Amino acid sequence: MKELFPAKQVVGFVASLVLTAVALLVYFTDMTFTVGMTILLATAFIQAFLQIVVFMHAGESKDGKSIYTNILYAVFIALVTVFGTLLILLWDM
Amino acid sequence: MEFLEFFERFAIPHPSPAIYASMVAIALTSIGIVAGLTYFKKWGYLWREWLTTVDHKKIGIMYLVSALLMLFRGGADAIMMRAQLATPDAKLLDAQHYNEIFTTHGVVMIIFMAMPFIFAFMNLIVPLQIGARDVAFPRLNALSFWLFFAGAMLFNISFVVGGSPDAGWTSYFPLAGNDFSESVGTNYYMLAIQISGIGSLMTGINMCTTILKMRAPGMTLMKMPMFTWSAFIANVIIVFAFPVLTVALIMGTTDRLFATNFFTTESGGMDMLWANFFWIWGHPEVYILILPAFGLYSEIISTFSRRNLYGYSSMVWSMILISLLSFLVWTHHFFTMGQGALTNSIFSITTMAIAVPTGVKIFNWLFTMWKGKIRFTVPMLYSIGFIPLFTIGGVTGVMLAMSAADYQYHNTMFLVAHFHNTIIPGVVFAMLAGLTYYWPKFFGFMLNEKIGKVTFWLLTVGFVLAFFPMYLTGLDGQARRMYTYSEATGFGPLNMLSFIGAALMAIGFVTIVYNVYYSFKNSSRDIGSDPWDARSLEWATHTPVPEYNFARTPQISSSETFWDSKKNGHVLFKGEIEEIHMPNNSGVPFIMGIIFFIAGFSFIFALWVPAVIGLIGIFVCMAMRSFEKDHGRHISVKEIKETEEKLGGAK
Repeated sequence: MKELFPAKQVVGFVASLVLTAVALLVYFTDMTFTVGMTILLATAFIQAFLQIVVFMHAGESKDGKSIYTNILYAVFIALVTVFGTLLILLWDM
Repeated sequence: MEFLEFFERFAIPHPSPAIYASMVAIALTSIGIVAGLTYFKKWGYLWREWLTTVDHKKIGIMYLVSALLMLFRGGADAIMMRAQLATPDAKLLDAQHYNEIFTTHGVVMIIFMAMPFIFAFMNLIVPLQIGARDVAFPRLNALSFWLFFAGAMLFNISFVVGGSPDAGWTSYFPLAGNDFSESVGTNYYMLAIQISGIGSLMTGINMCTTILKMRAPGMTLMKMPMFTWSAFIANVIIVFAFPVLTVALIMGTTDRLFATNFFTTESGGMDMLWANFFWIWGHPEVYILILPAFGLYSEIISTFSRRNLYGYSSMVWSMILISLLSFLVWTHHFFTMGQGALTNSIFSITTMAIAVPTGVKIFNWLFTMWKGKIRFTVPMLYSIGFIPLFTIGGVTGVMLAMSAADYQYHNTMFLVAHFHNTIIPGVVFAMLAGLTYYWPKFFGFMLNEKIGKVTFWLLTVGFVLAFFPMYLTGLDGQARRMYTYSEATGFGPLNMLSFIGAALMAIGFVTIVYNVYYSFKNSSRDIGSDPWDARSLEWATHTPVPEYNFARTPQISSSETFWDSKKNGHVLFKGEIEEIHMPNNSGVPFIMGIIFFIAGFSFIFALWVPAVIGLIGIFVCMAMRSFEKDHGRHISVKEIKETEEKLGGAK
């Protein structure tokens, strides 16, 4: 029975619904811009990670290691680019 | 009269007799090519063997020919600039023409010469080095080439149709905006680079997949030949860097064509954001060019020192480190833009750090040669010349990396000297070394060594004379991109020296053409498949390489499998010959290239009807591909045996 029940996917599905609900709260409740954006960004990234791991099966094939290396590399470059640009053009201008 | 008004937009805004002469020359050459093809009945041959090919070797050769053509186009720009600056207050070119020439020189040399040159070697060598039959997506590969070619041709017609871009190869806004660049020149820049950039991105994906998925049995990542490693890292950088360029170019295009305000100075636009995006792509781009060059040097130095490459794993790790660091240094291109000392200090340090892995590689090459039996062939001469010259370029790079000192060097000829000092001995010498080294593999005869050595010395002496004086005039304050200077500045004699150097280099490049002609007529065709006594797998198959590369899949023992099979009794090819599955040719990539060209041209001149039709055509081609059933073709065992017999026995 345990093999037949996709526990991981069901938990993932419920979790992604909860994350969507939390993100929706930002619209329906009264909170400051900073708090709202923080919640949106946090839920968005957790959601993306959940989709990649649970529903796009990263790490389940023999390419798992290179898929995670690739994601890590991309995230690193994206963060450097975004925060580097903010530093150059806004924070330290 | 309305008819004439429509065509007025294609007129050159700033004409001169030289441009009219070029128009006539281009028209005559085109007529000549068409007439020649018709007279010799070569249209069918051209279509079947080249325009529709998906063979990585033929695509590589087309990249190679295009790169050499563009080298001469960019070289003509260079010699005109040096001639204008050779004497004070010269009148050879006016300011506008000088602006257009330094802009097109930069774009042509980086995007349309250096890029296709490295793609040529990746296409020619990588599948052979990993024992594959072709790249992972052969038709996509053909599309990459035709997009590059469409972009290159689009860019090259700019100076006779509508006017060339004149805002520098960096095309900084607000200068590149509509207010200051009124002609269609900068539209050409945006669209032509966009089209060829999409091709580059496809090659990046294609090569990464090929290298990760199609290696022969036994070839682990750490047993890949060094050129394949360098190609892999360069393509990873392409995949991460080129999307930034794509997006920046789209933003620039919409600013110019649809009045958006991404890079304008009003309505919330930020002109400095262009410089920022440009260099987020632009700095990794220089490593995209230099890493495959390093790969070629590694192959050549180890072959002609008769030793295996010193420090294989440190070579690999230094390249991986470079691929990360290359994304961390972009601000050093605009230290003077106005950001604070904190930012500049951070990027100074990351920039200096990148010299460390590069230094590791230099020492590895020196240790490879140490106690080796060095043969001074032409490819080896370029590699040996590269080490000291490139190191000088690297040292001046560290000088420029110090942000406080950079305020002195910025925008002077010192910078121009520095980056040519890295690109010419680094990339151009590597390409010429690779050209000489791999020529026999793909054309069946060697290039003449004597003429090759004359070329090497002309280029080296010419290079030193052309660029070292710029360090001095730059430190004395000669600004780059200035079309003239007064006699009182005292820059005259050193600039004359530069011109002499540039002229020597021009003669050097002409000797390459002569060498090809001379060797084609006189060189022996009986050279075997391994004329240099080389070490890696690409030399293990026949010359000329059969379309399926290897009749039987090679078994890999180390990064120098072929050497092992020659010296250590490793059995390279086992088992019986089996049927080989190959992809079919297709005309769609070529047609898509033409459609992209037409659509790009229409966007440049804001001709919306053909532009929209072109865009639809592109999507139609893509949709047709999705529904197409093409399972490729099979080469029978009998056919393979016949080919192998003809080429001198099965390998």
